[in-house]
Amino acid sequence: MAGILVYALHDDEGNFNKNSLGAISEAAKLAGEIGGEAAALVVGDVADDACASLGNYGAAKVYRAKSVPEGLAQPIVDAMAKVIQENDISYALFGGGLLGFEIGAGLTARLNAGVTMEVTAVKVQDGKLVVERPILQDSEIADVGYVSEPGIIIGRLNAFDTNESGGSAEVVDVDVELSEWSSKAKLVQRGEQRGADVNIEDADILVGGGRGLGAKEGFELCEQLADSMGGAVAATRAVVDAGWYPYAAQIGQTGKTVAPKLYLAAGVSGAIQHKVGMQNSENILAINKDPNAPIFEFSDLGVVGDLHKIVPKLTEAIKAKKG
Amino acid sequence: MKICVLVKEVPDAAVQKRIDPNTMRLDRGGEKNLNPFDTHALEAAMQIKEGGAIPVEEVVAVTMGPDSAVRALHKAVALGADRSVHLSDGALEGSDVCATGFALAKVLESEAPDLVLLGQQSDDGECYTIGAVVADHLKMPSLTQVIQIDVADGKLRCERQAEYGYDTVEVELPAVISVGDAINEPRYPSLKAIMGAKKKPLDSKATGDVGIDAGQVGEGGSKTKVLGLNPPPAKEAGEIIEDEDTNETVEKIVAWLDERKLI
Repeated sequence: MAGILVYALHDDEGNFNKNSLGAISEAAKLAGEIGGEAAALVVGDVADDACASLGNYGAAKVYRAKSVPEGLAQPIVDAMAKVIQENDISYALFGGGLLGFEIGAGLTARLNAGVTMEVTAVKVQDGKLVVERPILQDSEIADVGYVSEPGIIIGRLNAFDTNESGGSAEVVDVDVELSEWSSKAKLVQRGEQRGADVNIEDADILVGGGRGLGAKEGFELCEQLADSMGGAVAATRAVVDAGWYPYAAQIGQTGKTVAPKLYLAAGVSGAIQHKVGMQNSENILAINKDPNAPIFEFSDLGVVGDLHKIVPKLTEAIKAKKG
Repeated sequence: MKICVLVKEVPDAAVQKRIDPNTMRLDRGGEKNLNPFDTHALEAAMQIKEGGAIPVEEVVAVTMGPDSAVRALHKAVALGADRSVHLSDGALEGSDVCATGFALAKVLESEAPDLVLLGQQSDDGECYTIGAVVADHLKMPSLTQVIQIDVADGKLRCERQAEYGYDTVEVELPAVISVGDAINEPRYPSLKAIMGAKKKPLDSKATGDVGIDAGQVGEGGSKTKVLGLNPPPAKEAGEIIEDEDTNETVEKIVAWLDERKLI
């Protein structure tokens, strides 16, 4: 037996995160190949049937740590370390997301275990897991193996697809004693939405704005262009953190994942954390004055130039064409 | 209190980075620089020190790396650190995240800081994880990717984006906090500070000086192994237009959009 344990993140309403569900499906597939079972860990007072429903994605067992709070990493490290040590578990797997990085990193220290991150694929070699990890701005892919078990695998956002098999998981409650330092951070507020509630996930055309817009006012250019094409406006994390645009419009690791017919990136450098949220767009058009911007590596049409000159004229031209 | 800032020397952004196929390690030749994210951590330390909400006796820059990493420490001191510590030992070469986090925790332990700050990611490794590894070894609370730190009542009030929006977290000291680049705008060092940087105290330490058993670090202490390198799946290269005449550029863009029936 060589089990794989997945952390199943949920929001305050108890809805499981899509990336966690994808990780469970991936774990179920891999566990089958290495002769083990996939299990999930859920923290907080999540209902029996909600926990059991993770079986639909491939979890044979769900460990529930009711007294452990959701939302901060270190208490969850305590819970995962206990479950890993007391059961026959060879790997811990995390879907994309910030908390997975923190929990995986904490487990590395706690269990003196190898860790890989930003993993895009996992394969089995000689009964062991080997991960594919893109490095150096995705210009190479390293195959990385583990010297000992357990091994910790932190997936990249959207790396693992969900697969619904219709099963139901056995729910096992676990008592976890928190480490002294795990209770020294307290969540005062979780998931605050900043700025207007906008919908970018249903748009066929998205104009994404980044730091290259220069200032908050630069988003007016994006909005006018999006209007001319009947699209919506999205943003990078950098400009959302700077307060230039609402959080609801943010694409990437801690934002939305989109796949519109057209993604027009204006002043977006194309950092990996943004790329993972929009790389499945059908057509990617990038305007950026820096010819070395990573976005040009994965755009279908790249325009090297000043967006402040190009975007207004482009808006006019599209309006004129549409009459 | 004492703040330690973890810094790292990374290849300059303009350098084409590559992996040495013999060692499977990053080729660290060429121009190097202080990891840009670490300048935000240093600035955060200076703002806490200058803010006055809590007295800060000392800001200490700490790094692990080869001899050349001293330059990153000089830059950190020019940006305001009072002194620096350099963990350098051949035994550390080839350390993975697990071994690196352990080694950094040991050198930090010898400094007994009240707060450890670091950049959320390095330009070369893109791991995002070191802060949380170090924190668990030090048995301290931690938070990563923080974009706002306020000090009140001897605690930190931190903000960051997580999966569902912005989280506000209260963290007791001592703690380990990694910061994002949205947290502040790092200052430029003054000429005087650059000139004086080499005169500030710099402690060089080997593994044995901070209680690291050489077997726990380096390639032998690492728990992961790079087995091979492959190019990413081939993607058809996109078309690139240099904007020389904007009217012409716009015409080309419109034609491209039209061809794909996007307008």
